Amino acid sequence: MDFNIEFNKWFIRISYDHWSFRITPIRAFLILLSVVTAFLMLYRFAFGLQSVSNLNDHWPWGLWKGWAVFAGAAMAGGGYGTTFLVHILHIKQLKPIVRRTLLISLLGYTFLLVGLFIEIGRWFNFWRPFVSWGHESALFEVFWCVSLYTIIQVLELCEVVTEKVFRGFHWILVRYFPILAIIGVMLPTLHQSSLGAIYLMMDGRLHPLWWSPIIFLFFLLSSLFVGPAMLVMESVLVGYAFGHKTPISILKTLARIGGGIMIFYLVLKIGDLAIHNELGLLLECSFENAAFITELLVGVIIPIAIVFSPLVNRRGWIIVYGFLTSFGVFFNRMNVVITGMARDAGVIYYPTLFEVVISFGLVSTVVLIYLFLCENFNILNCE
Amino acid sequence: MAKGVLVNLTKCIGCGSCTVACKMYNGNQWINDRAATDGERAELADENWTVIQKFRVPRTPNTENAGNSENATKKSDESNGTDQEIWRFVKRQCMHCKEPGCVSSCFAKAFQKTEAGPVVYYPDNCVGCRYCMLACPFKVPKFEWNKTIPVITKCVMCGNRVANGLPPACVSVCPTNVMKFGDYDELLAEAKEMIRQDARFVQHIYGEEEAGGTSWIYISDTPFEQLGFKMNVPKKPIPSYTSSYMHSTPVVGAVWGLILTGLYFFTKRKEQVKAAEKNDSIETENS
Repeated sequence: MDFNIEFNKWFIRISYDHWSFRITPIRAFLILLSVVTAFLMLYRFAFGLQSVSNLNDHWPWGLWKGWAVFAGAAMAGGGYGTTFLVHILHIKQLKPIVRRTLLISLLGYTFLLVGLFIEIGRWFNFWRPFVSWGHESALFEVFWCVSLYTIIQVLELCEVVTEKVFRGFHWILVRYFPILAIIGVMLPTLHQSSLGAIYLMMDGRLHPLWWSPIIFLFFLLSSLFVGPAMLVMESVLVGYAFGHKTPISILKTLARIGGGIMIFYLVLKIGDLAIHNELGLLLECSFENAAFITELLVGVIIPIAIVFSPLVNRRGWIIVYGFLTSFGVFFNRMNVVITGMARDAGVIYYPTLFEVVISFGLVSTVVLIYLFLCENFNILNCE
Repeated sequence: MAKGVLVNLTKCIGCGSCTVACKMYNGNQWINDRAATDGERAELADENWTVIQKFRVPRTPNTENAGNSENATKKSDESNGTDQEIWRFVKRQCMHCKEPGCVSSCFAKAFQKTEAGPVVYYPDNCVGCRYCMLACPFKVPKFEWNKTIPVITKCVMCGNRVANGLPPACVSVCPTNVMKFGDYDELLAEAKEMIRQDARFVQHIYGEEEAGGTSWIYISDTPFEQLGFKMNVPKKPIPSYTSSYMHSTPVVGAVWGLILTGLYFFTKRKEQVKAAEKNDSIETENS
């Protein structure tokens, strides 16, 4: 039971009993950002949304909804894809990364819930949809599935915790894990698509490059193929922080599965535009089209080219693939929430500095928690 | 029997009495520094549940004494316009859709459509997610952005008055009878008859088909697009966009769950068989 602070040239290590955490200059910056964010959040709760954001009656939803909820949920989507491959289809060689993707996923959902909590106006009422069922709303499905799935993810990861502490409960978790896995794939499948279904009723208002009667399918597919890309991004992070090298064969296998889904997505997207006689929009000179082409070219087509060429065997190119794909899905969600609604809103929206700082601050907190968990639990090297 | 209001825009003189009655009955503030209640720049806002918007429109033969009021053709050259322009005044408030987007978008039932017609708001259920603001094709719901504990606001058609058979506050004070409160079906028939008999009316009842039909309907002598009405509103009810998706969800979820369970046991069994075969072959090799 010793409390220790160890000073090195590049970092400070704080340890207590069998817990430890290093503080490097970058981590110190992330901690600073997190603390600033915490104060800004208190300020927002005290003085209302107008005090920190540029949201208004023309722009009811802005950066936070786009980033935390829509992009956040998609980018946290990697967990259920790998759970499906490893725990449902029993693909053994992917097992070493399943915990990591689950953890990214859980932290992503935590980010989503915190982001949403500061964004909703009447936060103290957040629980109302549990008792007052507005079951005609796609948001109702999102709310229930996200809440339940977050609990499921905590239970799934309890297995990791009981390896180290509360060991007596370990066998229960191991025994019932398959049930968790099945529910833990079903729920996110439903809510990833219903996030897209939220925009179904924006016919004629969301720009036709994004609006489609099957927009929910696009949301579902992109949440699946962004999973491997997010794992690649995370492997860069842990490679940098811990010198941990994720086997390239695993990244490649997953990237190719993701690549297959991306091809399907691309064909469906173009086909959807063709069926609605909207291919002409792709030749239009508009900011929406510029954003749409960027999203598809940079975020889908180039990654597909990388994944199905020999370049995929080189770590540097896999990182390029991971970055571009993650960016593409992020950009897609922001386009749906902001770019595609701009014409309908009639006025321009740009986030305030506070909105941006809080968004980055929440991501910083998530990264810090991730690093702490990796340093203290068996996440990276599980078999 | 569902109630409605028929608004005959040709009768409106833009006095703004309705906006005053609305504020007084609902206890709302005047916020002219950020959103006017009447005039050319009037707009709905958290405290403005109804506003009178003024428009200058070109004078046409139709706009000469359309309907039965001469008040409406108030020449704008009295103020500052030219002889070629006239004023038109449009009262705005919630349209009270028959199948409202806000009601179906709310995941906590904070908006509900009453039997009498008004779409009313229950702040105790409201989470403040503002999906209703996006779901409304007329962009009616507003939000108290500057409050620590905000609510969504919009015209609730004086729901308690209507429930007791009384017209909404705004309707009851109109000095020129622009608005007629009554049974929806009768009002619609009356509106149809009016525009059929008088060719100076635009042959369109705004609200008859918009968003699947609204409890408030408008007739006008000036094209609606010149009066700031949204013309790209879908003809089908907004909830119908998501209803089939939402109805199929439980089934899809259950079937997907079963498939997952099946896959789980199938691949597990396959693995066990594979392991057993491996063991067998090792044993045969050993023996």
